[in-house]
Amino acid sequence: MFSRFNLKAWLLLLPALSFLIAFTHWPTLKTIWRSFTWAKSDVAPSQFVGVENYQILVDDPIFWKVIENNFWYALGTVPTSIALAIIMALWVNSKIHCTSLLRLAFFTPTILPMITVANIWLFFYSPNIGLFNQLLGLVGIEGPNWLGDPDIALSSLMVMTVWKEAGFFMIFYLAALQTLSPDLFDAAKLEGASTWRIFRKITFPLLMPTTLFVLINAILNAFKLVDHLFILTKGGPNNESNLLLYYIYETAFSFLDSYYAATLTVVMLATLALIALVQIFVLDRRIHYR
Amino acid sequence: MSSWFQVFSKTSAYLLGLVWVLPLLYAFWAAFHPPEYATQFSLTAPLTMENFASAWEQAPFFRYMLNTIVITTLILVSQLFLCTLAGYALAREKFAGRGFAFALVLTQLMVMPEVLIVENYRTLAGLELVDTYLGVGLPYLASAFGIFLLRQTFKTVPQELEDAARVEGLSGLGIIWKVFVPLAFPTYLAFSLVSVSYHWNNFLWPLVVTNTEASRPLTVGMAIFGAPESGVDWSVISAGTLIAIGPLLILFLIFQKRFIQSFMHAGIK
Amino acid sequence: MKKLTKCLSTVGIASILGLSSAASAATDLTMYYPVAVGGSLTKVVDGMVDKFEAENPDINVNAIYAGNYNDARVKALAALQSGSPAQLSVMFSIDIHALRNLEAIVAFDDLVSNDSEKKWLNSFYPALMENGKADGKTWGIPFQRSTIVMYYNKDMFRAAGLDPEKPPTTWEEFASMGKKLVKKDSNGAVQQWGAMIPSTGYPYWMFGALTKQNSEVLMNQEGTETYFDKPGVVAALEYWQDLGNKHGIMPKGMIEWGTLRQNFLDQKTAIMWHSTGNLTTVKNKASFDFGVAKLPGNKELGSPTGGGNFYIFKKSSAEEKKAAFKFVKFMTSSEQSAHWSKSTGYMGVGPGAYETETLKAYVKTFPPAAVARDQLTHATAELSTHEAGRVRKYLDDAIQAALTGQLSAKEALTDAQKQAKSILRRY
Repeated sequence: MFSRFNLKAWLLLLPALSFLIAFTHWPTLKTIWRSFTWAKSDVAPSQFVGVENYQILVDDPIFWKVIENNFWYALGTVPTSIALAIIMALWVNSKIHCTSLLRLAFFTPTILPMITVANIWLFFYSPNIGLFNQLLGLVGIEGPNWLGDPDIALSSLMVMTVWKEAGFFMIFYLAALQTLSPDLFDAAKLEGASTWRIFRKITFPLLMPTTLFVLINAILNAFKLVDHLFILTKGGPNNESNLLLYYIYETAFSFLDSYYAATLTVVMLATLALIALVQIFVLDRRIHYR
Repeated sequence: MSSWFQVFSKTSAYLLGLVWVLPLLYAFWAAFHPPEYATQFSLTAPLTMENFASAWEQAPFFRYMLNTIVITTLILVSQLFLCTLAGYALAREKFAGRGFAFALVLTQLMVMPEVLIVENYRTLAGLELVDTYLGVGLPYLASAFGIFLLRQTFKTVPQELEDAARVEGLSGLGIIWKVFVPLAFPTYLAFSLVSVSYHWNNFLWPLVVTNTEASRPLTVGMAIFGAPESGVDWSVISAGTLIAIGPLLILFLIFQKRFIQSFMHAGIK
Repeated sequence: MKKLTKCLSTVGIASILGLSSAASAATDLTMYYPVAVGGSLTKVVDGMVDKFEAENPDINVNAIYAGNYNDARVKALAALQSGSPAQLSVMFSIDIHALRNLEAIVAFDDLVSNDSEKKWLNSFYPALMENGKADGKTWGIPFQRSTIVMYYNKDMFRAAGLDPEKPPTTWEEFASMGKKLVKKDSNGAVQQWGAMIPSTGYPYWMFGALTKQNSEVLMNQEGTETYFDKPGVVAALEYWQDLGNKHGIMPKGMIEWGTLRQNFLDQKTAIMWHSTGNLTTVKNKASFDFGVAKLPGNKELGSPTGGGNFYIFKKSSAEEKKAAFKFVKFMTSSEQSAHWSKSTGYMGVGPGAYETETLKAYVKTFPPAAVARDQLTHATAELSTHEAGRVRKYLDDAIQAALTGQLSAKEALTDAQKQAKSILRRY
């Protein structure tokens, strides 16, 4: 009986699992293996080189730069997106006018492809002729070179990322808010609690499961969302806005070095594994896996 | 709280809303005005449709759109099918190795296909599937997120319902199709929306794996069409952008209530 | 599962049908083509392809537009590896070493069979052939080629009291005239810049002009050595820095390649250095009187050549190679080259093109069209080495680090030289 059940379950799982294994687990293993090999070109046979690629990696200043950038990129986009998403959800959930119009406005970036709107952001950011600097010029401020100044370029990319993400995350908060009982808030208001106090003591704690879900998604996005780099900065100036996944792409598809690209990918995989472990062991696993 | 706080809160809400649609507003501005006005704003600027004409001439939007639709549909159909089976197995079947299988599935939540573009590209080149619809779709045909969502939903279906269906003589697959799928409808809808908007907008993998108009989706087509290397012409790019996002935008405007509500009601939280 | 298989196979069949619609008797050629400057370029190429097909009914050419130079190379190589057809391509002239290392291309010398073809092979400007030759053979035939030229706004020259027919010819004049062209508002904010040299996109290319003007080259012909840290090279970068920092005629920091043309058209800068490939677009869109001139020089005049060459892939049948050769010959013939140059602003690839009626008449009414050609006598090869992608990036990064003030020109270039040397030691 048990073995028959077993077979049925595995048969049901088989198609999905085989795709997952073929395009997630197997390539992961191959990537790890490749990171220990090297060949002069794609037509030459590869050979085992031990940790040589990793030695190159440790000595590669661009690698350390993209790691640093990715750290700041995550730190800059994740909390901001989440905070904005909560505020947006509260607004849209409250009784101000035209909430559906607001909701629509906030959600619009979600359905616009990053790569196409990046060109429009390029106009916003452009010095001399761009929208932001035209507006700043109206009040007599000479705006910065948003994408060309090494101190600002990465932040400019972050702003666009937050713009893209916040509305998407808002929806999850909105869903959560609508499941909360209004009685709770009425009671708190009767007791004369301030808006901020109600949020801090009641709303925010109740939104915690959503926050954890959104948090993980936002962190993952910080690693995989590089579309706008292709249009806006290409990682420049001097790698000041370069990110790990874009560097992997450059290495593999501009420098045609799949071995070093594999080595960089292993670092990415290790980082993701670390995040997964933190998620499972530090954060409450019941919330996510129930 | 005090009324000035209310006013402040309201004003910032509208302001932020305005900022959020600014790129879209600009796209409309630049697309419908002559190129001289792409970077300058004037109420007296004449209207024109010429940018659309030249955008349409410069890129095969129709083909790109078709490709995007086929790829998105292919992925969605396959995801719904595969995830239903796997989600059911993980939610309702008891078997040795279930925890392990679930862990295997969850790996993909973290290790997104984007990370593995280099190796997956080699796999596809080996299968000679580069520059085909199937090639663009393959790494996404099974979705851990979908399996996870459906498993959660299927878990909430009462055992009695399943037992009753069994008494009526329904087989294993029949039960899934007749009992579980209808009950999980909101989840399917929400997942479909997430999946469609994700793959409609997906860029990096299609960029790597498509070579020609035969399979190139809108995003990649737009990236080539609007590449800054060729000297940015915002009027034409904006017109192209509107052509590209038009269908999705119109659908979204019509069904926006449904769209957003199904997100909310699906229990993705 | 059955449903899925059915669905998958339908899609599969559909895509196969879509790919192989051409007739079987004729020779089918697939050409990968980069679209790097000017969006309407594809129409010009398509028109020329149509003409060729009309003259050669037994050959079909399918042009695939694959994005920028880098994308086009990746896509063409990918097609070769995955077994999809690709017989020829226009790619970066500087990809020659990488393509040879991959054993992807054939030498044109091996395809030449008679004297008239030999003559054709020698009909191009020698400066344009520099990036196409290696080991004594010709691997790339110039087509979509350009140099950097100086576009300037004659109205602004007049307004600043400068002679619009005498643009700067030396570095000193460039700086001093530039200063006169800068206009500031009452707050001291710059309304109009003297000049702009783009520092994103292809900074190494712009830098190649400055180094040549300082009588230096960036690499050896074999592409195995670079000379980034030579004093003359460092001095060239310092001059570039000075334009923003000391002379104040250019914005400090980065200047975006893609939006520069718009800046020039919006009259935010009096002068821009840019590819000749922009000429036709600027001509069509400028609302003011503009001129085009050779770049100013220091020790000598100079600009690198740039752009794309025709390559023919090894992995094709003898018959396909013959057809591809015929096509390349057609596209680079004087008549076609002249038509191409007139339509786009790219240069004619040989003296013959400028002797055609088309270009003769065009140059007469629009003298800027000949500037790129006249500059060829001062031209040098574009930076081209083994590991070209990485070496270029090292130099690009160094230039950007220096221009944004992160490093001194000397530090940045010494770093880049060190990195390039270490990556090139294998060759």
